[in-house]
Amino acid sequence: MSNNGHKIKSDLKLIGTPMRKVEGLDKSTGRALYTDDLVFPGMLHGKILRSPHPHARIVSIDTSSAEALDGVHGVVTGQDMPTTYGIIPWTPDEYPLCVDRVRYIGDGVAAVAAVDEDTALRALELIEVEYEELPAFFDPFEALEADGSTPYVHEPKKAGWNGNVTKKVHLEFGEVDELMDGSDAVVEGEYFFEGSTHTPIEPHCAIGLWQAGGGFQRQDGESSGKLTVWSATQVPHYLHRELARVLEVDQAHVRVLQPLVGGAFGGKSEPFDLEFCVAKLSMITGRPVKILYTREEVFYAHRGRHPFHMKYRTGATAAGKLTSVDAEIVLDGGAYASFGLVTTYYAGQLLCAPYEMPAYRFDSTRVYTNKPACGPKRGHGSVQPRFAFEVQIDKLSERLDLDPIEFRRLNFIGSNTRTINELRVTSNGFMECLESVERESAWKDRFRKLPFGCGLGVAGSTYITGTNYPIYPNDMPQSGVQMQVDRSGRVAVFSGASEIGQGCDSMVAYIAAEELGVPLDYVRVLRGDTDFTPVDLGAYSSRVTFMVGNAAIDAARKLRGMVQEAVAEEWDVKPGEVLLAGGLALWAPDTERQMHVKEAFNLAEAKFGTLGSTGSYNTPKDVHGEYRGATIGASPAYSFTAHVAEVEVDVETGIVDVKKIWVAHDCGRALNPVLVEGQMEGSAYMGFGEALMEEQVFKDAEHGRAGLHDAPSLLDYRIPTSLDTPELQSLIVESIDPEGPYGAKEAGEGPLHPSIPAIANAIYDAVGVRMDRLPFSPPNVWRALEAAREADTLRKPILNPGAGAPTSTPELVSGD
Amino acid sequence: MSAATEIVRLTVNGDRQEVGVPTHFTLLETLRYALGLTGSKQGCDKGDCGACTVILDGEPTLSCITPVWEAEGRTVTTVEGLASREAPHPLQDAFDLNGAAQCGFCTPGILCSAAALLERTGDPTREQIKEALAGNLCRCTGYTKIYDAVEAAAAAMQNGASVGGASG
Repeated sequence: MSNNGHKIKSDLKLIGTPMRKVEGLDKSTGRALYTDDLVFPGMLHGKILRSPHPHARIVSIDTSSAEALDGVHGVVTGQDMPTTYGIIPWTPDEYPLCVDRVRYIGDGVAAVAAVDEDTALRALELIEVEYEELPAFFDPFEALEADGSTPYVHEPKKAGWNGNVTKKVHLEFGEVDELMDGSDAVVEGEYFFEGSTHTPIEPHCAIGLWQAGGGFQRQDGESSGKLTVWSATQVPHYLHRELARVLEVDQAHVRVLQPLVGGAFGGKSEPFDLEFCVAKLSMITGRPVKILYTREEVFYAHRGRHPFHMKYRTGATAAGKLTSVDAEIVLDGGAYASFGLVTTYYAGQLLCAPYEMPAYRFDSTRVYTNKPACGPKRGHGSVQPRFAFEVQIDKLSERLDLDPIEFRRLNFIGSNTRTINELRVTSNGFMECLESVERESAWKDRFRKLPFGCGLGVAGSTYITGTNYPIYPNDMPQSGVQMQVDRSGRVAVFSGASEIGQGCDSMVAYIAAEELGVPLDYVRVLRGDTDFTPVDLGAYSSRVTFMVGNAAIDAARKLRGMVQEAVAEEWDVKPGEVLLAGGLALWAPDTERQMHVKEAFNLAEAKFGTLGSTGSYNTPKDVHGEYRGATIGASPAYSFTAHVAEVEVDVETGIVDVKKIWVAHDCGRALNPVLVEGQMEGSAYMGFGEALMEEQVFKDAEHGRAGLHDAPSLLDYRIPTSLDTPELQSLIVESIDPEGPYGAKEAGEGPLHPSIPAIANAIYDAVGVRMDRLPFSPPNVWRALEAAREADTLRKPILNPGAGAPTSTPELVSGD
Repeated sequence: MSAATEIVRLTVNGDRQEVGVPTHFTLLETLRYALGLTGSKQGCDKGDCGACTVILDGEPTLSCITPVWEAEGRTVTTVEGLASREAPHPLQDAFDLNGAAQCGFCTPGILCSAAALLERTGDPTREQIKEALAGNLCRCTGYTKIYDAVEAAAAAMQNGASVGGASG
């Protein structure tokens, strides 16, 4: 394991410089292959029939007419795969296709494979499903109050329980009530974060190929076959496990391939119905089967940001030190658990930095409703509470006449410390982040000083760099990498990391080149195939650079050691004096003494035999608290972010024009600054979209069919175009983490968080109106402006630092 | 279950093609399914996302909502046709250098929109680039690196970098 090794190399050659991506030119020339680009001889096309009802019992399904249609080769229903699955091992509550009940409009009930898409679609029309409609739950509070007089969304785990509750978490640290009562100021607020969805530009796609016979047996000795599935997934390893379990194939005879993935953002981080359906349909037909979701199906597959209903009480001393935080959160989970157990914890657990909290309590409850399931979207579970909390801080700063950046500085938790919920914080560059955005936005000259209608807002955040405990309990490494060098000087890296556009294939190549001294174009990354790559758990929770990077360093250094030893023997010097850099092996005391790295590899191969190594990384364990749930949120390192947003608000129309967002992010070390900036800008953009435009919402009975998605297209579900997106300025902060690869931490999710509260706080600076409800769309902003007009509070707020702190009597400030 | 088919004649990336396709096929389906040119992507199949953008007689065109018969007798350039035999198109190289393609799924369409822009306007302003790309959704980058790449390519072309390929 490399997690206790020396990670920080002082004489870096490539790391930290702008570099191309290993697949960059393939992507810009159209050669890059995604799942839907693959075609196999005899391939059939599949389609899934989906429920038109939000909640109904399946009385019967008649597929005979569909099966009889010319060109149809196979039809499956839930009865063909009656095993539940779920990404979290404790909450398997989904069938590949519904068996007896549908739980949202869009739930899959049957699938067909036919010679082409048109035939498959005609076949779907011929499937007769008889439903018995049930009352549906759309409102999480109504679902919470359900008494069982109508069927719950899921059967309760125990008699008498409310089956609509996925998970309840209540955690309390410190003397919450006592410290709240003793606070000089207390701010109370109610917030609503509307759900949003990922919308990767590539729709989900999967291809199944079953090869029967061939001597492949099941574990029970029955003759079986070999299953291959290509999928646009972020989690090939979990898909591998679940395919084997649900379809009853020996895991050793299941192969998952992951072509390049056209965006994911958390939306492809668990198994989906199409992956089971292509596999089962191939088993039935003996032919490869492809299913490509329509864009509409992507919206129904969802697993996006949960709508959060949040109440916060936040206390502080007159001097501006936080005293106590009390939160109550209801998560609208949709029809299935997905990652919901984790989301319910994250809703509270990830709030405890970068500010020191003397006391903290949260109560969060995830509720099932008859809508597409929510899950993890970039910044899983923590973007919503971060919005509320950073607005709370802005209100407290205002109340205490403190500059909100100064307030944040005063409460900085520091590095090498523990949060109130006992998470171990190592490196922490939050202060530098604040300084960067303060300087670059000319904050001191402009905050509260711009004309009415124009404003600046600030927000901060933290995020995990992976999780210390994997999704299914095991003691094996979280990441593995294998490397070999050959006689031409090339390095082959076998990586199971999931390239979803973030650059992890390039990251391992950079590390191999850095450690073995070869030019970057000498590195080949072989990837995306569970038959030959070591296990990596997937692209989620911002874990990849840290974990796979450390595994890659581990593998590369083992090889480097052998090469150094062989060259040292040839030169009759000490191995530690042999450097590998710039395509050469060099003798450190006199670098004129050198040989091509290819010769060095050949010497090593002659000495040790064929050269290969494996490297792995496992997380630190037992660095968390003792309470139940303490492991959730525990990460080997935390990233930190601060944003300042500048807005202009049109008080007549409610249109908010975000002019610019300054994005400062502590990524530990930027292994390739171009890619880190890309993650920062992409994150800030995505947060901006959620703040202003995006709503994953459903019709009610008065406005159409209840539970029907309101806008399942990329025209109606508005994501920012080039014309909408504000100017984004990336400001990289490097705190050099002691355990990260060369000091690196995450950059893919953290920088999303502050966008939303920074914009909300900027709107307040512009017009004195609080936006406690997402999105800040013209109708929502206009209503808030109207309310302020009526209350005569529509004006530029005044900053009056030190003008007098409130009295010692706790004073409540209303949420808006 | 074959639908009625027709023969369509069009020039794709410099090659004159005669291809038999179902009459309801779009240009995108023809490119991807009949000609094996999978560079152009299907992101929405409704003309909303721009991933299918190709250059039709010099104009960026959404191939997923263009019936194939509309391309009869016309000239199509896809992402596969931008490079010359000697080198990638300056835009392709600049996208690689500037990290303008993250997941890469929108990239072929964006490159076609950008290539058409640079044909019209050799030295576009950032505002002109934004306008030209307004029909191409990118979910990864926040667009900043894309603008950087288009500007870098424009500068390289002003300095004499050659644009090969079927369009040049």
